[in-house]
Amino acid sequence: MELLVAENIHKSFSNHKALNGVSISVPESSIFGLLGPNGAGKTTLIRIINQITAADSGNVYLDGEILKPNHIEYIGYLPEERGLYKKMKVGEQAIYLAMLKGLSKKEAKKQLKYWFEKYEIASWWGRKVEELSKGMQQKVQFIVTILHKPKLLIFDEPFSGFDPINTELLKEEILNLRDEGATVIFSTHNMASVEEICDHIALINKSEKILDGKVTEIKDAYKNSTYELEYEANNIKLASFLPPDFSILSEEKTEKGYQARIQLPSDKYTNDLLKLMMQNSHINLFKELIPSMNEIFIRRVTEN
Amino acid sequence: MNKIWLVIQREYSTRVRKKSFIIMTILGPLLMAAVMIVPVYLASISDETKTVGVVDESGFFENAFKDTDKIKFKDMHLDIAAAKRNYEKLDYNMVLYIPKPAYTYPQKIFIYSNKEPGLNVERYIRNSINNDLRTMRLKNAGVSNDLIKTMKNSISISTIKITDTGKEEKRMGQLYFIIGMVLAISIYFFIFLYGTQVMRGVIEEKTSRIVEVIISSIKPFQLMMGKIIGLALVGLTQFLLWVFLTAAIVTGAKIAFAGQLQQVEKYEMQKTGQVIDPSNKVTVNANYDKTAEVFEAIKSINFTVIVGSFIFYFLFGYLLYAALFAAIGASVDNDVDTQQFVLPVTVPLIISIATIQSVVNNPDGPTALWLSMIPLTSPVSMMARIPFGVPYWQIALSMVLLILTFVLTTWFAGKIYRIGILMYGKKPSYKDLWKWLKY
Repeated sequence: MELLVAENIHKSFSNHKALNGVSISVPESSIFGLLGPNGAGKTTLIRIINQITAADSGNVYLDGEILKPNHIEYIGYLPEERGLYKKMKVGEQAIYLAMLKGLSKKEAKKQLKYWFEKYEIASWWGRKVEELSKGMQQKVQFIVTILHKPKLLIFDEPFSGFDPINTELLKEEILNLRDEGATVIFSTHNMASVEEICDHIALINKSEKILDGKVTEIKDAYKNSTYELEYEANNIKLASFLPPDFSILSEEKTEKGYQARIQLPSDKYTNDLLKLMMQNSHINLFKELIPSMNEIFIRRVTEN
Repeated sequence: MNKIWLVIQREYSTRVRKKSFIIMTILGPLLMAAVMIVPVYLASISDETKTVGVVDESGFFENAFKDTDKIKFKDMHLDIAAAKRNYEKLDYNMVLYIPKPAYTYPQKIFIYSNKEPGLNVERYIRNSINNDLRTMRLKNAGVSNDLIKTMKNSISISTIKITDTGKEEKRMGQLYFIIGMVLAISIYFFIFLYGTQVMRGVIEEKTSRIVEVIISSIKPFQLMMGKIIGLALVGLTQFLLWVFLTAAIVTGAKIAFAGQLQQVEKYEMQKTGQVIDPSNKVTVNANYDKTAEVFEAIKSINFTVIVGSFIFYFLFGYLLYAALFAAIGASVDNDVDTQQFVLPVTVPLIISIATIQSVVNNPDGPTALWLSMIPLTSPVSMMARIPFGVPYWQIALSMVLLILTFVLTTWFAGKIYRIGILMYGKKPSYKDLWKWLKY
């Protein structure tokens, strides 16, 4: 079941095309990574989903319904450019923002109390925002974003400005929210975090989607039967015993022996390689080289 | 709608709790009251009763000086040398010396005192003597007493307006003038003060980067209107508090200093009244006429029209400019960059206040007519005209034009605002703004 579907979205500004026929579909209760270099059009797509700007053409569906103004209440959005009123008190401001999302004052207070206690920041309630550090402000903002229990959460570069400890805390919370049923769209450059938490991704480059799918499937699709080996042998070249259809990508001498990368031909299996290796050397390490999201990202973007 | 209300509430409650608002609200009336009370109060304390010793060598002025509350005259029956030596011991404040004239009438008189006698005293004495001398000369020339009296009648001018229905109304140019000026200037200040506050508020939202969070919950236009309306209410609150507090302080002061103030008023009356004619009868009547005239003029003013149109121009003038200011705030990143856009917006406002004098001097002239029709200047210019009486069709036309321009401007401002609040970094040019309009 797809919670959010965007179909063939076009958007141009006066001097450039921001989105050129982009479609994404975000499955329910999953974490969806929206990736792409700066200026690719990610923020524009997110703003269209949030009804901050309108698409020139194309449709967005939330829960099967075409996007309408009251859907705003089902979405929690943490923009990349985020901040709070500096002169306002933390509690007051959190209540205001929650009420803008449609919560009643009473409900907002109740929810805020729960979250402030959970994050041990209840003592900030009466303080002015300008007295808080940037990281503290981000925490408040995160709470306000998820407070109204939205079905769809959109985080644009959520980890910028957080220290490693709070980043961990946030990651856990995002995973938690997904487990409780929320759907998360997650826009970032931070590929490590994508691999850790995203179930699906879409890669946007130069206003077009160039890749999408399940993270595991994409990785499978991008692995090319390349293996890394570390072995000890007596001054023997791989080429002397491996058949020519095994391509040797690298072969280096290390302190303890040798290290090599070998790509298998499509009709051969790992056991074939291992058999040959075992006859000629002592193997210390053998592993399949799976491309990281980072590599896939760079490869696709530069190819494009 | 509900959400606009939330924005209005936030704008209102955060602003009226600000220290600057509270200080301004208290300080404003104090200042205004001070401007009204202090001069009167000062006049009342500085004018203690003065006793003037008269040494009259000419023999013309025996008992010629009428005492007032503040100035007492007494013949000293001394020669001038002795008078000068002893006046302080004899409890006189000064000596008025009228030497024996070289010709028929004295040309020069002297006041001896160790302190400044004060302008009021000097003026009073000069007027009295001039008056007496004139009477004496006329008498000597053979003019009868009755004729002299009637000659001194000062004339008062009553302007009477013939209304379209043929009814006659007493008018009081000066009163209209003051009312018009005060109302027009209030509107000007209100637009300027709160218009720029709208702009600052928008810039604050932009630089603190909260704006995107908010417009993911409400429409940019709602946010803009919420801010504008919220600030209008803040301004209205401040304005009403000023009016009430000033009134309260002035009334309070009047009660507290009642005695002194009455004396001052009486004294002022005497100053203007008695010097004209010591016999007093004619001028008292003139005074009475004048007060009656003021009352009649006040009655002739159509307060419903004035108050109604004041509220209208106050609000719509502000709304029109506030939308423009909001658009400016949205287009830039900081206060410094606002200059190039603020200037063209405020030029009409400045023109309307710079021309206010000529509008009030000729409220039915072409300048006044045009300025009170052009929507960007009409709030100030029309308000200056209204106390003088403006044909209803003109008021209606001006109001309709203002409303239409307000709707149009707000629509344009909303478009610029919507794009501008999400634009960071580059300072936009007019060309950029034009592009934003077309998005």
